[in-house]
Amino acid sequence: MSKVGIVGVGQSKFVRAYPGSIREMVFESFKEAMADANMTTKNIDATIVCSAPEYDKQRSPSGVFAEYLGLNPQPTFYVESLCSSSTTGVRLAYSMIKAGLHDVVMVLGFQKMSEISAAESQERMGRGADIQWESPFGTMMPAYYAMFARGHMAKFGTTMDDLALVRLKASKYAVFNDRAMIRKELTMDALQAPNPMANILSSPLRVGDCCSNADGSSCVILANEEKAKEFSRKPVWIKGLGSASASVNMAGRDSFYSLPAATEAARRAYAMAGMKPENIDVAEVHDCFTIAEIMAYESLGFAKPGEGPALIRAKETYKEGRIPVNVDGGLLSKGHPVGATGGSQIRAIVLQLRGDAGDMQVKDPSIGLVHNVGGVGLYANVTILGRE
Amino acid sequence: MSKKEIDNRFSKFGAVSFTGITRINDFIGYLEQGKLMGTKCKKCGIKYFPPRADCAHSLDSDMEWFEVTGAGKLLSFSTLTFAPTGFTQDLPYTIAVLDYGDYKVFGRVDKAVPENELSVGMEMKTVVQKLPNDQLTYVFQKA
Repeated sequence: MSKVGIVGVGQSKFVRAYPGSIREMVFESFKEAMADANMTTKNIDATIVCSAPEYDKQRSPSGVFAEYLGLNPQPTFYVESLCSSSTTGVRLAYSMIKAGLHDVVMVLGFQKMSEISAAESQERMGRGADIQWESPFGTMMPAYYAMFARGHMAKFGTTMDDLALVRLKASKYAVFNDRAMIRKELTMDALQAPNPMANILSSPLRVGDCCSNADGSSCVILANEEKAKEFSRKPVWIKGLGSASASVNMAGRDSFYSLPAATEAARRAYAMAGMKPENIDVAEVHDCFTIAEIMAYESLGFAKPGEGPALIRAKETYKEGRIPVNVDGGLLSKGHPVGATGGSQIRAIVLQLRGDAGDMQVKDPSIGLVHNVGGVGLYANVTILGRE
Repeated sequence: MSKKEIDNRFSKFGAVSFTGITRINDFIGYLEQGKLMGTKCKKCGIKYFPPRADCAHSLDSDMEWFEVTGAGKLLSFSTLTFAPTGFTQDLPYTIAVLDYGDYKVFGRVDKAVPENELSVGMEMKTVVQKLPNDQLTYVFQKA
């Protein structure tokens, strides 16, 4: 069986408001990934562009990027699955390469959230949920995840301090990540009143439990085994891809303490890779909210259901712990430019497996995992990567 | 020449509706009568809330209406202190899900019920409400 490798990764610095247009913002991650892969535009056989379209002013951005990045006349198209769009792009790139359609495929993720106001973005984000049956009640993403935080607390006794620990860990590692938006280490005091991060946004979640909108782009270049070995000194191989979905309407969910799509995506990824949670040396999980990281530990089998809080309390997900998670600051500190996030997570794991993660480097990892979730667990992609 | 009348009753649903035309517009007719209704597939008997025009299980569109009655269990809830565009005047408000066994209902908790009186697992009922702007909705009250 021929392998598919990742030969180049790039990410723009995630910022509150990017001082340029979307094509210029995408150029930043594109340039880094191209240099990383030692490639020229002639080597890119096809490009998949990913974002959450509700925030985009530009319709059909693929054409704009292909022209600006010099990728004409090669094919380009667009795909979305909300916040998991760019790992959906990776999944598609993998299948096109495996099918023999292309040798090298680029996945470009981007979002320029600053083009619209925070309230407007929440309204549009709410429209990623069910517009017929739920948006009329005034829903928004933090409120949905807050319902899962409340459910986890009621079922397992999870506390506000447990949630805060996730934010503190994220802040600690973002200090070392030059691409992160918020690079200040926080103490427990920051999440206590009267500090602004302690203000309740949607009960029980505080402002500090939520990631921030950001502008940014990511770029991942995938290649078949032959090209990967030709171009890359240290290709990172795709070992497992799991993808799943769940009811868009919360009335269709069985519980409010886990995301079944993420659990199912993890099961499929482990099965494809022939691996177990114990095989994972380092992971990036979709911590759009603190509770989301705790649920991720449980979906991925790093902890049993209800035991996610114990994992963070024991610092097992710190860099020196049993299973380091989000040691690049996660979405909580990096910021969350929706369509770019999955690619940024892939980049973080690729750098870890190559030993190129600098001050964030985990000791000698050989297998890494990316957990990327779209909507309130509406879509989920779990990707397992390896050095061999 | 008379134009064919468009049935866009669904635009009356909720504080702000994003949908006008749907094949289950009678849902609004029932709300006007004070009834909250779901649909049941006549072929396979599955009950749907929110109501659906089509059953993906039996691939059939022969549905009948049933009324949401009695009490459901509060599965989870959250009170918003920041709202999306169009809902700021309603703040603070609480969204929640009730479990009725065969189906679940997503909606808002009645403003008359303070958040500190809510707890996961408590029994609540669903009541149809007319909003000041003539829009129709439903809210959860203590059972």
